[in-house]
Amino acid sequence: MYIALINYGMGNIKSVENSFIKAGAEVRVTSDPMVINRSAAIVLPGVGGFIDAYINLERKGLLKTIYKNINKKPFLGICLGMQLLFEYSLEVRKQRGLGIFKGSVHKISGKVKIPHMGWNQINIIKKNSKILKGIKNSENFYFVHSYHVIPSDYDIVSSTTDYGTDIVASIEKDDIYGFQFHPEKSSLIGQRLIRNFLELTGGI
Amino acid sequence: MITKRIIPCLDVNRGRVVKGIGFINLRDAGDPVELAAFYDREGADEIVFLDITASHENRKTVVELASRTSEKVFIPYTIGGGIKSIDDIREILKKGADKISINTSAFNDHSLVENAAEIFGSQCIVVAIDAKYCRKDYWEVFLNGGRTPTGKDAVEWAVEAEKLGAGEILLTSMDKDGTKEGYDIELTGAVSSAVNIPVIASGGAGKLSHLRDVIKYAGADAVLVASIFHYGQHTIREAKEYLRAEGINVRL
Repeated sequence: MYIALINYGMGNIKSVENSFIKAGAEVRVTSDPMVINRSAAIVLPGVGGFIDAYINLERKGLLKTIYKNINKKPFLGICLGMQLLFEYSLEVRKQRGLGIFKGSVHKISGKVKIPHMGWNQINIIKKNSKILKGIKNSENFYFVHSYHVIPSDYDIVSSTTDYGTDIVASIEKDDIYGFQFHPEKSSLIGQRLIRNFLELTGGI
Repeated sequence: MITKRIIPCLDVNRGRVVKGIGFINLRDAGDPVELAAFYDREGADEIVFLDITASHENRKTVVELASRTSEKVFIPYTIGGGIKSIDDIREILKKGADKISINTSAFNDHSLVENAAEIFGSQCIVVAIDAKYCRKDYWEVFLNGGRTPTGKDAVEWAVEAEKLGAGEILLTSMDKDGTKEGYDIELTGAVSSAVNIPVIASGGAGKLSHLRDVIKYAGADAVLVASIFHYGQHTIREAKEYLRAEGINVRL
């Protein structure tokens, strides 16, 4: 049993891989649909542009693979990997996303420096969140992003962070999870989240 | 609210930390990766490695450092020193580094910053500036580790670097570096108010109040610290507790 870490040419995948290995997981870094189909859980990482990310997933035939797997096993989107789950992004121009969740991706607004880069506290909204189990309110996580998601259905939001406005920090619905911050760069507390995710897969 | 960051800086030469650090009980206190992992456990917000290896071996050692760090350090880390091309940057980021810092080559080749920001995103491109006050009433940019004057105003260069796509400025005061008299508040304040990207203050930290001053009065988003931590004068936790007591938001 292994975690499929989807490799589609978007950013710092090595750190994600190493943090899962450290948490004791068997990880396969892959863009092969067959390997993804046989995995126990899927992680979609990603740093970079939304348009490139979508096009890369499309070219590698991974959109179909994600649709096929997403409600069958735990799925975790990190940063851009979470944003891709929404209907569209307005980064550069309007670009469709996977549309798993209703809502869209917008540039961070207000009188704040962009990108939002550094450690920020999360405000836990979903008290019974599975993925945030054991995490205290106001715990700091590492963020790096210029765009953020605005969901149509706020029931999926499990935590927010304050950066000029309330920004969605994490989402959760059934077995689909998303983090805007980077657990792989959030030291011990980030490792805790990765272990939580592994537990949801039945322990790999 | 976003926290102010405390960033230990490790100077690396041929894969080893310059000035071995004796007080910490590590298997190999001269190993930059061991030391970075120690600072991660201690609560550092990020790590900056500055590679000063002066040879053609530089690129290889830097890539190895990026790779080994990614296995043991789970906070963001920046690698700087001798990075000259998009290929260098690509290789280092691919190994797991979060940011690369460029100084002389950014100044000499603006398209490097522009292209790197375009390809990899501004968030991973740090432009490092070494500046020294000059009698003409401005801070002058120096290159090649402080050896080559340019006649260029550091505040202007910082503004240009932001326009080229830099995501962060690592600003070192050559006047204050090594003095332990405190950061250069005026220089940092001048740059920080001229740009809309984070500024990391560097050079001159000798005690904890210096960290507070440059954050509070010069608007620094982060502070680079070397000797205070390396020689065991204070732990990172002490620094953060001090800053919190002074009303500064930090991750503790």
